[in-house]
Amino acid sequence: MPNIRELSLSRRIKNHFATGVAIGASVLVLAPLLAIFGYLVYKGVGSIDIAFLTQTPKPVGEAGGGMANAIVGSALILGIGSLVGVPLGIGAGIYVAEIGRGTFAKVVRFTADVLNGVPSIVIGMAVYALVVIRQSHFSAGAGGIALGIMMIPTIARTTEEMLLMVPHTIREAALGLGIPQWRTTLSIALRTAASGVITGVMLAFARVAGETAPLLFTAFGNQFWNLNPNEPTAALPLQIFVYAISPFDEWHKQAWAGSLVLITLIVGAVFMVRLATSRGMMKGARN
Amino acid sequence: MKPRKSKISAGWATLLADRLFRYAMTLCAASVLGIVAFVLYELHDRSRMSISQFGWKFFSSQNWDPVLGDFGALPFIYGTLASSILALILAVPLAIGVAVFVTEMCPRVLRGPISFMVELLAAIPSVIYGLWGIFVLAPLLRQYIQPWLASTLGWTGFFTGPPYGIGMMAAGIILAIMIIPIIASITREVLYAVPQHQREAALAVGATRWEMIRIAVLRNARVGIMGAIILGLGRAIGETMAVTMVIGNRPEISKSLFQPGYTMASVIANEFSEATGDLYLSALVEIGLVLFLVTFVVNIIARMLIWSITRGSPARTNA
Repeated sequence: MPNIRELSLSRRIKNHFATGVAIGASVLVLAPLLAIFGYLVYKGVGSIDIAFLTQTPKPVGEAGGGMANAIVGSALILGIGSLVGVPLGIGAGIYVAEIGRGTFAKVVRFTADVLNGVPSIVIGMAVYALVVIRQSHFSAGAGGIALGIMMIPTIARTTEEMLLMVPHTIREAALGLGIPQWRTTLSIALRTAASGVITGVMLAFARVAGETAPLLFTAFGNQFWNLNPNEPTAALPLQIFVYAISPFDEWHKQAWAGSLVLITLIVGAVFMVRLATSRGMMKGARN
Repeated sequence: MKPRKSKISAGWATLLADRLFRYAMTLCAASVLGIVAFVLYELHDRSRMSISQFGWKFFSSQNWDPVLGDFGALPFIYGTLASSILALILAVPLAIGVAVFVTEMCPRVLRGPISFMVELLAAIPSVIYGLWGIFVLAPLLRQYIQPWLASTLGWTGFFTGPPYGIGMMAAGIILAIMIIPIIASITREVLYAVPQHQREAALAVGATRWEMIRIAVLRNARVGIMGAIILGLGRAIGETMAVTMVIGNRPEISKSLFQPGYTMASVIANEFSEATGDLYLSALVEIGLVLFLVTFVVNIIARMLIWSITRGSPARTNA
């Protein structure tokens, strides 16, 4: 049997060199992650206090104040976004996996993938033209529609993937009992794939939760409390952006605090998804 | 026995419900196409004034003067291309390195955690990258990296002028960090799709691990990796907030990477909500239209390359 020692020196060196390069690349990729998280925690923890989580922004020059209205505004906009994106996304996923078999389904899948790569700011612009210009004012609703549109591709593709994992025999058993197709799809197939579908929804949610660009000219931002979906509304990422590019130290501190809150929410969501999928909650869909 | 009406055929209510259900789902699917059509229509409709006023000159003129009403997009197109290409140069080797390490080299225990951490990198919102870029990366560039580059590589012309920190270089680095996850995760999917027996065959004829990776894995996966890179390019072109925060936002074309620039996405982010005058707005929307068309085509090419390898199974980690 050939022994590793019979390899020529140059081949051995190349082999080790390649391994070294790959390890080096991995370290270089993970370094910014640690740097960003480390700095975020370091800067953010000192800036978060009760006032930050309960008060609205103070005028320039006054210390204190917080982003409570932006946190609530983000929740409002994301809620509207979910109302738009989740049904459409799941519906499109069901169509592609369960109903459509022809070219149309293929075109939809492909377009969903391509839509996923369309810049968020372009979506924001289009929604501005559709909603904001017609209403002639900014609103949380417009922001929600923009975020909802951005959720659709991710949800549609995950729903499809999860439904395709559900074995056909389950559907055949249901249809064999005389259950109509719509019940079979919704109560049997979708139910079996539910945890996977929820994973997709959470991922889409986490992705749009940090979006700023499409909100710039839809939700616009607001210094005060607002719960009316028809009014301009503050959002956490927007507020971070405005504070980050301002020249005031006090605002920079708030931007770090806001970022820490935002990243905690997002990473929390991603982590929960990860935990749920690895703990075998998706077994129903996998078997 | 007298034939009875078959109980097997469903009642009219069920048939109706089934049909309605199918229509509703088809409508949802059609909404995906509808959204693309609607975006295209709205952007074209709102940019008509600028298109008819400037024609093709819009893409070759360097003037961006809202006061005189003279608009040309060349500095923004240049800024977008330059920052994206710089990002690709930095990101591609690293992303492929991580993907190869995770799929072919690393111990099984590390696979999950490393993939998860790369995914986390994708989960960080763009505005936080921007914040980090302003307060950590830019000072680092200004104080240490740029002076050093200027003294060692200044003769190339890419590293001249005052080291601001903020500028094209900062934008390229931030973009690179942001597109590494998407390139790495799709490359990983593509590498997993290479059949195991290809690897075994290479090892069986006496290849070292690196030779096996080069001959059996990378060669088989090159089309898909190309797709992943182009997908990363699409992301870099459309990325808005982080770039806006670190590129300096000046519509200038300069060879030096130390100088500030401006991209198509950031000019929209900065000026759209404050634009006064129909022509100004229309010019900004035309930039948006170009951005849409370019990213659309780039994504179509990328997806076709990736689908040719993975047969259309959805990539898991592009969230």
